[in-house]
Amino acid sequence: MTKVGGAIVLLAVVAALLGPAVSRFDPSAQELARRLDGPSATHWFGLDELGRDIFARVLAGARISLMVGIVVVSISSVVGTFLGSVAGYFGGAVDETISRVIDILLAFPGLLLAIALVAVLGPSLANVLFALSLIGWVGYARLVRGQVLRAREFEFVQAARALGADTPRILMRHIIPTALPAVTVQATLGMGGAILAEAALSFLGLGVQPPTPSWGTMLNGGRTHLLDAPHLTIFPGIAIALLVFGFNFLGDGLRDALDPATRRSASADPPG
Amino acid sequence: MLRFLARRVALTIPVLLGVATLVFSLIHLIPGDPAQAMLGESASPQDVAELRTRLGLDKPLIQQYGLFLRGAVRGDLGRSLRTNQPVTGAILERMPATIELAAAAMAVAVAFAIPLGITAAVWRGTVVDHGATALALLGISIPNFWLGPLLAIIFSIELGWLPVSGRGTWAHLVLPAVSLGAALSAILARMTRATLLEELREQYVTAARARGASRARAVIRHAFRNSLIPVITLIGLQFGAVLTGAVITETIFAWPGIGRLLIQSIGFRDYPLVQGCILLIAVTYVGMNLATDLLYGFVDPRIRYD
Repeated sequence: MTKVGGAIVLLAVVAALLGPAVSRFDPSAQELARRLDGPSATHWFGLDELGRDIFARVLAGARISLMVGIVVVSISSVVGTFLGSVAGYFGGAVDETISRVIDILLAFPGLLLAIALVAVLGPSLANVLFALSLIGWVGYARLVRGQVLRAREFEFVQAARALGADTPRILMRHIIPTALPAVTVQATLGMGGAILAEAALSFLGLGVQPPTPSWGTMLNGGRTHLLDAPHLTIFPGIAIALLVFGFNFLGDGLRDALDPATRRSASADPPG
Repeated sequence: MLRFLARRVALTIPVLLGVATLVFSLIHLIPGDPAQAMLGESASPQDVAELRTRLGLDKPLIQQYGLFLRGAVRGDLGRSLRTNQPVTGAILERMPATIELAAAAMAVAVAFAIPLGITAAVWRGTVVDHGATALALLGISIPNFWLGPLLAIIFSIELGWLPVSGRGTWAHLVLPAVSLGAALSAILARMTRATLLEELREQYVTAARARGASRARAVIRHAFRNSLIPVITLIGLQFGAVLTGAVITETIFAWPGIGRLLIQSIGFRDYPLVQGCILLIAVTYVGMNLATDLLYGFVDPRIRYD
């Protein structure tokens, strides 16, 4: 499972890095006379409504998607891990404050708050990154807080405290490392989530703006050509589903590998 | 039970206040003058000033906040800038369509997920299980804004079986419901598999088998019934995801619900209506979570003492 997911993600990274070398066409170059042409030997995925090569744009879109995933997951995981460990370690008023903010942000289902934020701030890639990071840290904070609450009672943490280690050292050297496997799994699954969220916002016209080739924007452009040129919709959609599937497979595999409980249950005898 | 109920409801009040505060703040996050942003750059200073007064943006912030909260409690969220219709009325008008779609999507999800989850758990570790797991992960990975158009291409354009958009007959409901329910179905199938596997390890299942119960009976009548509580909880908790998904699905299939109203209002910069839609969806979600928690506490008394 992990290998399949890893292979798909690796393929996407290679495609994003080598995009211009793999495709013979510029993602912005237009052949207006051949607009909406279907897939052919020259244009593997066909041409879009402005006569641009869809294969080249799918490769360029991989860059945007991976960049969004990396930026959102990096900011969210660092901020979430920091706030979650502070809340869990110190408890009291600090924990109460952070936990209430988490509760309020979790009261907005999924993408709703991101849609609201981008609606008022204006549609752009920067605002998408900001909105997704603002809601993304919550999941990490909740996860890490729980892990820290458990870890602070461990004997080696008590021993470090008895030996006079200061709080930042205890947090950085002893407590946060115990939460890292769970954060890694969450980050891997979060990459898929961030990519999907960006594509959804761009599809709604609230994310990356044309002519930048984002997969969500490409799907949005294809909506008006469902009847006469379904290839505009099919290829960017396959790209999104495949990459998100890859991250979900990788995350699931990592969870199984890093969680001893899952390993034990997986090796138990089948019932019945 | 009453104490649990009162404590759980009391915990919801600060969350609702926080939600209302965040929704109120939205209009103040607009870069520059919100009234100017709503009317556009070409609007005259008189029109901008008039709108500012109409929305109460000329009052001190704390007074604006107080008026917003008072209005929210009374169900008065102002008027639409475009149609001048009361925001609450406009939202309530669209609500039945969204509820209909969400209910149908959840029904589709349950109908697919339960058999898939049971099959994967019973034949765990086999090709059937791996296939079901891959299918569930695929369901989570396929975005509904792609699945929707894809289904429309196949079933409306190619086969001509179902209408491509709008609301009216049950046929109109099929494609939006399947496209919205697919991801939920995948999540539910995984949950059903996991909880059923836990139950199948319990001694009462072995005891039932020892008493001569068939394998199917032991799974369905004994283990599956007990595995249902977390699955039902998940259905309740996933209601929010369905509401957010409905924003996209309604846009794709021109379904006249709150989600489509929200996206249209964003397009028209009708911010009172945007605030109203966001507030209503969030409050509904909080309400559903509260109801799920209370139901869970009612079904499983151990929860009340946590």
